Amino acid sequence: MIEVKSLTKYYGPVRAVDDISFQVKKGEILGFLGPNAAGKTTTMRILTCYLKPTFGTATVCGFDVHKNSLELRRRIGYLPENVPIYPEMRVRTYLHFWAEIKGIPGKKRRGEVNRVAERCGLENVLSRPTGKLSKGFRQRVGLAQALIGDPEVLILDEPTVGLDPKQIIEVRNLIKSFSKEKTILLSTHILPEVSMTCGRVIIINEGKLTAIDTPENLDRHLRKSHRVIMEVKGACESVTHILEHVDGVQAVRPLRIRENFFSYTLDTDIGKEVRPLLAEAVIKNGFNLLEIRPLEMSLEEIFLKLTTQEAGGKGR
Amino acid sequence: MRVFSIFKREIKAYFVSPIAYVILAIFLIIIGFFFYNMFMYFNLRSMQMAQYPYMARGMSLNEMVVRPLFQNMSVIALLVIPMLTMRLYAEEKKSGTIELLFTAPLSDVETAIGKFLAAFFMFFLMSGLTVLYPFIMSRVSTIEWGPVWSGYIGFLLMGGAFISIGLAISTLTGNQIVAALLTFGMLLFFWMIGWSSEFVSGAGGNVLSYLSLIEHFDDFAKGVCDTRDIVYYLSVIFLGLFTTVQMLESSKWRA
Ligand SMILES: Nc1ncnc2c1ncn2[C@@H]1O[C@H](COP(=O)(O)OP(=O)(O)O)[C@@H](O)[C@H]1O
Ligand SMILES: [Mg+2]
Repeated sequence: MIEVKSLTKYYGPVRAVDDISFQVKKGEILGFLGPNAAGKTTTMRILTCYLKPTFGTATVCGFDVHKNSLELRRRIGYLPENVPIYPEMRVRTYLHFWAEIKGIPGKKRRGEVNRVAERCGLENVLSRPTGKLSKGFRQRVGLAQALIGDPEVLILDEPTVGLDPKQIIEVRNLIKSFSKEKTILLSTHILPEVSMTCGRVIIINEGKLTAIDTPENLDRHLRKSHRVIMEVKGACESVTHILEHVDGVQAVRPLRIRENFFSYTLDTDIGKEVRPLLAEAVIKNGFNLLEIRPLEMSLEEIFLKLTTQEAGGKGR
Repeated sequence: MRVFSIFKREIKAYFVSPIAYVILAIFLIIIGFFFYNMFMYFNLRSMQMAQYPYMARGMSLNEMVVRPLFQNMSVIALLVIPMLTMRLYAEEKKSGTIELLFTAPLSDVETAIGKFLAAFFMFFLMSGLTVLYPFIMSRVSTIEWGPVWSGYIGFLLMGGAFISIGLAISTLTGNQIVAALLTFGMLLFFWMIGWSSEFVSGAGGNVLSYLSLIEHFDDFAKGVCDTRDIVYYLSVIFLGLFTTVQMLESSKWRA
């Protein structure tokens, strides 16, 4: 449904998007994950024909952003980052206006406005001015606007930014409810969001594509034990000293549990199984090993690892 | 159809903000003031003339009141039109709604025409209300309506040209004040090059005088609807709309 080929965008000398390629299949929810200024908004603006790419191409539903911009735009619903509205318009007139612009025929317009309003839970605010709505309702108005005309593809730029936790859950559920009929590309800089809503994730940083996979795979792939937790009975200094000298250990952080019992968090080299060596070293030196296990890394840490330059995830 | 949707929304936006009412009030009050002054002056002169009837022959209401009134109106239009056009694109840029507008299935030409027509409608309304003044004149004195109507046709054409220049400039910035000032500066420049035409001899002077936005208006105010003047204003309107669409397109490549 969406096909992006070596997309590059310069703002003057600034390279905001750097040679990005990916595809979104029909019916998929793809998460676009990256820190601020990664180039998420820029990519989405290119896909929605708000901006032209400096190099590369993109097609949505088979329509090219250069050649068939008008046809392409008929098939997408777009929620821009800051959810722009015309503050003086009431919700109903606002949606009605976009229904006109999107070419819904006169007789069907009313029905279409009611349909999207109901879908997004706006029935009770239809006669309120859009400028006076709470952030949560404003977001819903933006989503309703995107749904007008029943487009095949939805492009949502940080749909949950600036909402309180309850509103976030509501908006997420709303987006999930669209997912049965639509192809969705959604961007976020909040990590749990993608694991909760998306089937696949693209991680983008400084305009470059860093990873593209399912949240589960990213998780598994990166969790190959970069970190080990051990509990050892005995003097902290000597144990730390011993552990530090095991091959493949980068750093050791002790934590006192109770008298003479310490827990150690170890950063280890990527792709090396150091646990047998660690166990051996501890026992050989006459200490009691009580526990040894790999530390589960959260998606947050994976994200940081992928988007920070420093190796080994120490860039926290 | 989409042009009409844009047009409607723009008109409503004008009337919810106080700006439209302020502009309307300024326009009517200042022009009313000019009108009152000139009309009183005319009455004074005609009373003086009544004592010397042979001198009164050359006195005409149109020459003494209507024509200067149109000239004053054109100065006020120069001041007021930037305030009408400043918001057209600048406001949408500022609020971000331009992103929705440009990603909706409608062409830049349609938005440009819709916005142009909305500002023009406002200007038409303002001008229409000033017909009150010549009407008052006609009740107390005899007035030739021909030059009045031709003056209004010229005034509307000139206003249209001003608006399309203002529209193009409003695509440049997200700041309405900047848009208004730039438009004002631009209009003033094209207004004044007519003056310098007097010092430039030959073809150069003719070109300058041809380009001047105001030079073409005087014929209308005198009661002459010259095709050349009409063509001039229509081409400025077209050029302004064309530039607007070009600027919008180029802004997609830049940022
Ligand atoms: N209109 C613009 N003009 C110049 N630079 C821009 C513009 N928009 C974004 N940028 C720059 O491009 C980079 C990517 O921005 P953006 O796509 O908004 O990132 P994100 O949405 O991931 O936060 C940033 O460095 C930003 O400063
Ligand atoms: Mg962004």
